[in-house]
Amino acid sequence: MVQGMKKYVLDLVVKYIERPRRDYVVLHLTDPVAPLPAMLPGQFVEVRVDGSPSTFLRRPISINYVDRRLNELWLLVHAVGAGTRALASLAEGNRLNVILPLGRGFTLPDEATRENREAPTRTSSKTGFEQVVERWLLVGGGVGTAPLLYLGQEVAARGCRPTFLLGGRSASDLLQLDLFRRFGDVCLTTEDGSAGERGFVTQHSLWATADFTRICTCGPKPMMMAVARLARELGIPCEASLENMMACGLGACLCCVEDTTEGNVCVCKEGPVFSTDKLKW
Amino acid sequence: MADLHTHIGALELKNPVMTASGTFGYGLEFADFVDLDQIGGIIVKGTTLEPRQGNAYPRMAETAQGMLNCVGLQNKGVDYFCEHIYPEVRKINTAVLVNVSGNSPETYAECARRIAELEDIPAIELNISCPNVRQGGMAFGVTCEGAASVVKAVRAVYPKTLIVKLSPNVTSIADIARAVEAEGADAVSLINTLMGMAIDAERRRPVLSIGTGGLSGPAVKPVALRMVWQVYDAVKIPIVGLGGIMNATDAVEFLLAGASAIEIGTANFIDPAVTVKVVRGIEEYLTRHDFSSVRDIIGLAHVEH
Repeated sequence: MVQGMKKYVLDLVVKYIERPRRDYVVLHLTDPVAPLPAMLPGQFVEVRVDGSPSTFLRRPISINYVDRRLNELWLLVHAVGAGTRALASLAEGNRLNVILPLGRGFTLPDEATRENREAPTRTSSKTGFEQVVERWLLVGGGVGTAPLLYLGQEVAARGCRPTFLLGGRSASDLLQLDLFRRFGDVCLTTEDGSAGERGFVTQHSLWATADFTRICTCGPKPMMMAVARLARELGIPCEASLENMMACGLGACLCCVEDTTEGNVCVCKEGPVFSTDKLKW
Repeated sequence: MADLHTHIGALELKNPVMTASGTFGYGLEFADFVDLDQIGGIIVKGTTLEPRQGNAYPRMAETAQGMLNCVGLQNKGVDYFCEHIYPEVRKINTAVLVNVSGNSPETYAECARRIAELEDIPAIELNISCPNVRQGGMAFGVTCEGAASVVKAVRAVYPKTLIVKLSPNVTSIADIARAVEAEGADAVSLINTLMGMAIDAERRRPVLSIGTGGLSGPAVKPVALRMVWQVYDAVKIPIVGLGGIMNATDAVEFLLAGASAIEIGTANFIDPAVTVKVVRGIEEYLTRHDFSSVRDIIGLAHVEH
C-alpha cells in the first residue's frame, strides 16, 4: 500500500488575519512550538470548526501559502456557509485544530521534466547538456486561485517563472495579486471587464500564442473543464485540483469520489490534483 | 488499573473499543494518528465477493449533528482483500475483523468462506443492513426470514466468531435479533445507519445521488441506545453497540445499556485519534467508580424501574 507523507493533527495558533475583501479572510496560522510539517502545493488541510453548532464535519481547505521563514501556513477562506463563516470570525490568538498535510498536490517542475522527457522541448547548448526550458501556466478562478500562490512560489523556486492567468466576476474577486506578481507574470480576466481582459480565462488573448509546457488549474469545475479542453487541443499536459465534498479527508469514508478512467477514486487521497487525462471530462 | 478485556463469543478483545466498518478504512489510513495496537478491534471496510464501484457522487450530506452517506459498498472484492490488504492488516496487533456483504445468501457465504481461510481474521461482521444498495444489503436485514436465510448460509461455512450487523430501519429490532440468534449468530452489532435524506432547496433536488442515504453521528445516538437496550432483553448472545458514539461517556452508556463492546464510526472523521481517547476514558470511568473490570458494567443500567 502506498504510504504518503506523515500526517499530523495540530493545534495551530491564529497569528494574523488579513481581510482582503468582504467575505474573504486569509488566516495566518503558526505552530508556536515547532516548525510546521512539510507540505506541498495543491495539498489541503482539514480544519475542525468549533463554536458552530450546525457544523459537524471538518472543512477541507487548500494550502494558500507556506512561509517557512515566519513558520506560517496561510488559508484563504471564502465565507459562504456556517462553517466557513465561523472560520472567518476567528480572532488573532485563537487556536485552530488542523489535520495536515492531506492529499496529492501538483506535479512540480523536476518531476514534470522527468515525465516529459520524451516530449519536444527547447534545449540550451550552453552547458553542453540538454536543458529543459519549462513554461508553466497556472489558471485560477475565484477562491480557486488560493493553492496557485504556493504552487507559483515552488515553481519559481525551481527556476521556472510561471505565468498566472486569474479570473473572476469582477476586479474585487481577484485577490493577492501583489503576491502573485512576486513569483510570475500575472494576466487577468473579469466577466464585467473591471480588471484585465473582459470574459472568461479561456478567452484571454494569451492562448493565441500559448507555447506552455504545462498547465495547472484550480477553480469552478466548468472553468477547469474548459481549461482542460483547451490544454488537450494544444497538446499541453494539464493538472486540475478538484473540490468534491468530503467527510474524512483521509481516504477512509469513500464519500468524495470522482469517476475517473480508473473508476471511482477518493479525491482526498488520490487527489485533489489529477492529470486531466484521468478525468472523464 | 481496571481490566478492559471483553468477549464477543469466543473472540477476546483487549478492550471494548472497535472501529465501525466504512469509517476507518483498513486502519492503515489512521496509523499516523493513533497506535492501532491500542484499539480493541478494527472492523475493515465492507467487502463483497465481486469488486463494486458503489454509487455515483454525491455520496455525502452533512446534517444537524451527523451526516448522510450513500457510498454503496464500494470495495475491490474479497480476492483483492486477501491478496493485497490482508498481508498488511494482519501485522496490526489487535483483532482485525472483516465486514462481509453480498446480494444473495450464496454470495455472502462464499465471501465469508474465503475470509474464514485467513488465519489472522478471527471474526466477521455480517452486513445485512446496508441501506444504500439495491440488491441485498438491507433487504435481508428488515425481515426475520431474510436475516435468518443469510445467517444460516454463512453459519454453515464460517466456523469462527460471527457477528451480525442489524438495521434500525425495522419495526422490531428485537425480533430480528432473535431470528439471527436462532440461526447460530455468535453476536449482534447495532445499529447500522438510519435511512434518511437531504434536499437542496435552491436546486430543488435530493442532495445524494440515489436520493436517500444512511444517517450517522450523534443525531442517531438515542435511537441506537434504545435499540441496544431492547435487544439486551431479547437475546442471550453478546451485543456490540454503535451509533453516534463521540466520547468515552457515550461509550459507557452503551455498555450500561447492555453492549459487551462498542464501535466508533463517524467520530473518526472529526478526531482521527478518538478511539484511543475513548479507551482511556472508559478506564478512567471504571477507576473512578471502583469497578475492577469493564465486564462488570455491561447491562448495569437494567434495574427494575
